Amino acid sequence: MLESKIPQGPIAEKWTNHKNSIRLVNPANKRLIDVIVVGTGLAGSSAAASLAEMGYNVKAFCFQDSPRRAHSIAAQGGINAAKNYQNDGDSTYRLFYDTVKGGDYRSREANVYRLAEVSANIIDQCVAQGVPFARDYGGLLDNRSFGGVQVSRTFYAKGQTGQQLLLGAYSALSRQISKGKVQLFNRHEMMDVVMVDGKCRGIIARNLVTGEVERHGAHAVVLASGGYGNVFFLSTNAMGSNVSAAWKAHKKGAHFANPSFTQIHPTCIPVSGSHQSKLTLMSESLRNDGRIWVPKKKEDALAIREGRLRPVDLAEEDRDYYLERRYPAFGNLVPRDVASRAAKERCDAGFGVNETGEAVFLDYASAIERYGKTEANIQGIDSPSKAQITELGKAVVKAKYGNLFDMYQQITADNPYETPMKIYPAVHYTMGGLWVDYNLMTAVPGLYAAGEANFSDHGANRLGASALMQGLADGYFVLPYTIGDYLADDIRTGPISTDHPAFVEAEKSVTERINHFLNNNGDTPVDDFHRRLGLIMWNKCGMARNAEGLKEAIQEIRALREEFWQKVRVPGTGDQYNPELDKAGRVADFLELGELMCVDALAREESCGGHFREEHQTEEGEALRNDEEFTFVSAWQYTGDPSEAKLEKEELVYENIELKQRSYK
Amino acid sequence: MNLTLKIWRQNGPTDKGRMETYPVSGISEHMSFLEMMDVLNDQLVRDGKDPIAFDHDCREGICGMCSMFINGEAHGPGRGVTTCQLHMRSFKDGDTIYIEPWRAKAFPVIKDLVVDRSAFDRVIQAGGYVSVNTSGNTIDANAIPIPKPDADEAFNAATCIGCGACVATCKNASAMLFVSAKVSQLALLPQGQPERDIRVKRMVEQMDKEGFGNCTNTGACEVECPKGISLSNIARMNRDFLSASLKGE
Repeated sequence: MLESKIPQGPIAEKWTNHKNSIRLVNPANKRLIDVIVVGTGLAGSSAAASLAEMGYNVKAFCFQDSPRRAHSIAAQGGINAAKNYQNDGDSTYRLFYDTVKGGDYRSREANVYRLAEVSANIIDQCVAQGVPFARDYGGLLDNRSFGGVQVSRTFYAKGQTGQQLLLGAYSALSRQISKGKVQLFNRHEMMDVVMVDGKCRGIIARNLVTGEVERHGAHAVVLASGGYGNVFFLSTNAMGSNVSAAWKAHKKGAHFANPSFTQIHPTCIPVSGSHQSKLTLMSESLRNDGRIWVPKKKEDALAIREGRLRPVDLAEEDRDYYLERRYPAFGNLVPRDVASRAAKERCDAGFGVNETGEAVFLDYASAIERYGKTEANIQGIDSPSKAQITELGKAVVKAKYGNLFDMYQQITADNPYETPMKIYPAVHYTMGGLWVDYNLMTAVPGLYAAGEANFSDHGANRLGASALMQGLADGYFVLPYTIGDYLADDIRTGPISTDHPAFVEAEKSVTERINHFLNNNGDTPVDDFHRRLGLIMWNKCGMARNAEGLKEAIQEIRALREEFWQKVRVPGTGDQYNPELDKAGRVADFLELGELMCVDALAREESCGGHFREEHQTEEGEALRNDEEFTFVSAWQYTGDPSEAKLEKEELVYENIELKQRSYK
Repeated sequence: MNLTLKIWRQNGPTDKGRMETYPVSGISEHMSFLEMMDVLNDQLVRDGKDPIAFDHDCREGICGMCSMFINGEAHGPGRGVTTCQLHMRSFKDGDTIYIEPWRAKAFPVIKDLVVDRSAFDRVIQAGGYVSVNTSGNTIDANAIPIPKPDADEAFNAATCIGCGACVATCKNASAMLFVSAKVSQLALLPQGQPERDIRVKRMVEQMDKEGFGNCTNTGACEVECPKGISLSNIARMNRDFLSASLKGE
């Protein structure tokens, strides 16, 4: 039975009371305790740095060549915090409310409230570290708006907020490395978790340069290994992002929660061809000022597709600003799931604007004009010409979004200052992940999950600028407190010996799997299978799902997995740098996870957030939840076969927010 | 298009290494440079040969992992882009392209085009941070206003992705642009002042220890930097270093 361990009392007091009542480990004893942190993104770096500052001995692992390269670095738009600097009525409660509503009422109230509560502190912390957030002319911090909310609470550093926050966490981590409190293992991949007497007591890791398989013991292990969007092959994730650490934990007893909850981000650069290796996100902040549209008439859409009509020449009355039309209250700033589905709906109906018919326009013309006029006023230019306004407006847009526009132009060879950008939804984030209790501990004692690797805060849909908030909240402010409650039992345990049979056994199975890959007499490269898995997932477990498709997908994935084990070819040896071998291990795990995602999507007979079951929609095509039967977290327990996974339900209790049909109209 | 690739192959740090020739065909101008490399590797694996090892991860120009020296230039032709953002439309049918790893004593080759850049991490560990604990018990973020020009300038310096193109480009394999970017970011912010002197001294000392060369103000690093980090950061670091040294701490 899963216990969420939500503290008693009113929601606003739960976290404070909990911190006051959980056990502590005194400073001298912390020096006797080892903690392993896997992953060095926002959650991992911040956790490793904080735990080391407190006195624990930390080992940090990342597969990249440096901890600074974790994929948090690519987050663009910003980080939310309930600072209410703009005096627009923001508060902890509102951030909490927006997040629960945005998640379509499938997240745990107490966790989300805590997240909102610590959010303001994150900004203080980052500024103290020297993170150069955007500022206004008075020298104070600037904010922007993001989707799904009606206040400006997003702090940002141009389009590189994730980079700046990660470098802040990396600098804190570097400081602890220099002190010897954190031992860094870069270019290392976690291969398995090791269980001793029912507790997680370490990991097996592989040095990706030498190929050596290593045992590392610890009193607790934190997985901050990110999300699993790469199961779709094409996603905005980095090429190396993978589910393996979380999946290994799942196979050792940690429940995998809501695996089918995937976020498809509405503003990505469309797929250009079959050679494509990854997709590129254009920050959601672009929806602040950009207007999304397709032609009203199909013949115009066709003319644009065939290059006979330039989008800038299409008259205003012939354009369909479909988000503004369908959702007047939120307009272009509806949440991601809603915006993505609306784009798919228009393109499926034949209004797509690129060669593949899978793109919509994101247009900056009116923002350029609006900013140009304001700037002309500021500069005291009387009756400016249209060309002057455009020039001034472009300069303002460049200052705000310059790097994003450059990136777009670099990839597509189109100039977004002159012609509207083309965008289409792409897989971006996974709300599902390892099930954790209020303390962020998985169902396995001593094994924690933080950041995108856990499931807890975003329900069925994450709001923009909330991933950075959650990663840092978990690492800086939650785990450092909650882990002590567990480690208080370990002050007399002494170092964990890696000679224990459990370590020997785990290492043996890791080595066997590696050898299987290297000795397999196959003929097909790893990526071939990965691409095929991605197609199945995108077509049948993507933006829209139905029972028939999901059942087919499960059979197709099982067949593909069998073929993979027979036919995969991994060149090279196990005692050298061998990226194909690393990929093979990751794809093998994706091939199991993909099936569980379909099983989960099939079992959830409702639509909520990013999970859209075609059988369950309103007359207007909006997601139709079934609160009577599905107000729970689906936590899946591994039984040896993804299709046979055992479902445990954590009922979600809403005491502070009334469940409503989500409306952004 | 069809291309001839001349690629550096090296089995490990002790291997001598050599250029090898590979033809590739059916390359679309929409492909990124790394997708072109994927095509080659796919073919090599199918042919039972050893694929080319290269570093890459985010493939959107921000992680700093990709690192190819293409036709004698770090990250290839074009300004302000990393290798992963370079597209094949920058080349034409029939071209011969030379691909090499970063070459610097402080960046030993791991395999083929993959080098070890942990020297950069050690330079940051020497002092590239503000010594503030992550307890959250700091002052309110708006308690110290920072003039927008300072904040913007600090941000510009902070956009360095640590790829190492500056080192690879420099004829002396100097890391001055990288190190000065971090020194500048923190020197421009009030939060960085308490440790300003000790920071620059320690980071420069570590930089020298790692075996990076000296700066002779050629400015090639600034030209090849995919993030446009300015040479003026080096001037700022030199000034800070001199001033810190004169204080004799």
